[in-house]
Amino acid sequence: MMWSKIQKIGVVVGLGALTLASGCGKSREGITMAGSTAFQPFAEKLAEQYMMTHSEVSITVQGGGSALGVQTTLSGTAQIGMADLVKLPKEADALKSLIVARDGIAIVVNPANTITALTQDQIRDIFNGNIHNWKEVGGADHPIAVISREAGSGTRSSFEQIVGNVKLTDNALIQNANGTVRETVAKDANAIGYVSHGLISERIKALTVDGASCTEDAIMSGAYKLVRPIFLLTKAEASPACNAFLAYVLSPEGQELIHKNGLIKAK
Amino acid sequence: MRLNGEKIAKYSLMLVAFSALASLLLIAVFILKEGVPFMFKVGLKDFLLSSDWNPQAGKFGIYPMIVASLYVTFGAMLIGAPLGVAGAIFLNEFLPKPAMRVIKPTIELLAGIPSVVFGFLGVMVLAPLIRSTMGGPGLSVLAAAVILGIMVLPTVISISTDAIAAVPNSYREGALALGATRWQSVYMVIIKAARSGIIASIILAMGRALGETMAVIMVAGNTVKIPQSLTDPVRTLTANIALEMANATGMAREALFATGVVLFVVIMILNAIALSAIKSRGRKK
Repeated sequence: MMWSKIQKIGVVVGLGALTLASGCGKSREGITMAGSTAFQPFAEKLAEQYMMTHSEVSITVQGGGSALGVQTTLSGTAQIGMADLVKLPKEADALKSLIVARDGIAIVVNPANTITALTQDQIRDIFNGNIHNWKEVGGADHPIAVISREAGSGTRSSFEQIVGNVKLTDNALIQNANGTVRETVAKDANAIGYVSHGLISERIKALTVDGASCTEDAIMSGAYKLVRPIFLLTKAEASPACNAFLAYVLSPEGQELIHKNGLIKAK
Repeated sequence: MRLNGEKIAKYSLMLVAFSALASLLLIAVFILKEGVPFMFKVGLKDFLLSSDWNPQAGKFGIYPMIVASLYVTFGAMLIGAPLGVAGAIFLNEFLPKPAMRVIKPTIELLAGIPSVVFGFLGVMVLAPLIRSTMGGPGLSVLAAAVILGIMVLPTVISISTDAIAAVPNSYREGALALGATRWQSVYMVIIKAARSGIIASIILAMGRALGETMAVIMVAGNTVKIPQSLTDPVRTLTANIALEMANATGMAREALFATGVVLFVVIMILNAIALSAIKSRGRKK
């Protein structure tokens, strides 16, 4: 998990070199995807499946983060950018964006915690540091340990934008991946954090938010509010090969693959 | 012909030697070029002495991280240096030679353990222990200092051992002949004679502790706040760069380079202090 950061560093350096390399084989058209690490494993699976039936293209998938996904698509280093943001940055206006999947953001606590539900207002107050103790929201008399992500993380900015008016308390612990947030919450009985819906396991407990639990049905029906879209970005004049791949991602087959691996279908 | 070969060898070796120097220079120039203009754009005072770090909102105060780096490094030294130097003395002076031949390589093996493994142990064992015995979130200054203190042990022990082993035997014999006990000869003669090597080992260990990133990210909690107690979480300068680099663009990216410049300067200052400590003590003698 921790190595993913190192991989990201490598991506920045290696991206240029790799695109050059993939461009060499004239017989196969190279497509490079870069961006969101949350969608990266899905993109890899999609690319793998797609290339089995379409030998004329070669798709390389890179991580790097949502911001990098936007940048590299703008600069042309990557043909398809991946971004998991609620609202795309202004630079992305020049790009064509397509929602290919949705991801719920689960508010998670330790299984030992007696709390099972919170409202968005309570969540905001907890992450802003206005509520310090679990007893203020109906739990046991223990201090709350807030776990958040690093500034610039796609999950964090989505979480903060949906909940709204979040000014993270400066007492919050910062972890640099969905997985390490989960580990920290699983280890600390007083912790609260947020992770991607696909990462919920029996070692952590997802809370109901405003009465809706973080399940696929609730996310699909719109009852569960903490949901972020996952975008694929291309330049306005994308190559036919890129468009064909995007069509595949949105096809029932592609959507089923995304769904099977833990994300929620686009529609 | 032979002379030509001689020349070729000389120049190619020179080229290789300078390439190391050149890469150091390139790194320094690159970091400074990216970081220094940013520092002046934001203002040195707002960058170095402000506690408000929020790159998205244009706040770039790294003061808490400078403090955190110093706390964690000195904490690690408080744990690692006495343990390491004492270990080195014991290995050299009180242990039979065959036993040392087994133990010393074993300790040096510790240096080969990747830092993620130390971090993982810290998260899984040390942090829960601190949380249950001392309170707080567990991920803390103390956890980071203890983990780093253990990580620098091989550096301190192996260099100190070499320095102590290099003290001529005649010094030991002389001290014993004058009626000193074994311990007296160690702390009055041997340590003084091996002093520069021991200090060098501590400087190198300090550099490693200050520069360590992965293990610290895992156990320090990464909260941007000046710690009030040992159990408070902190974010060091190195952790800040590694944490935010992946998503940083524009000013935020420059801020990370500037953080690198500060790290560079802090390490140079620490080295300068340590070097001058060696020199001034040498002069007193």
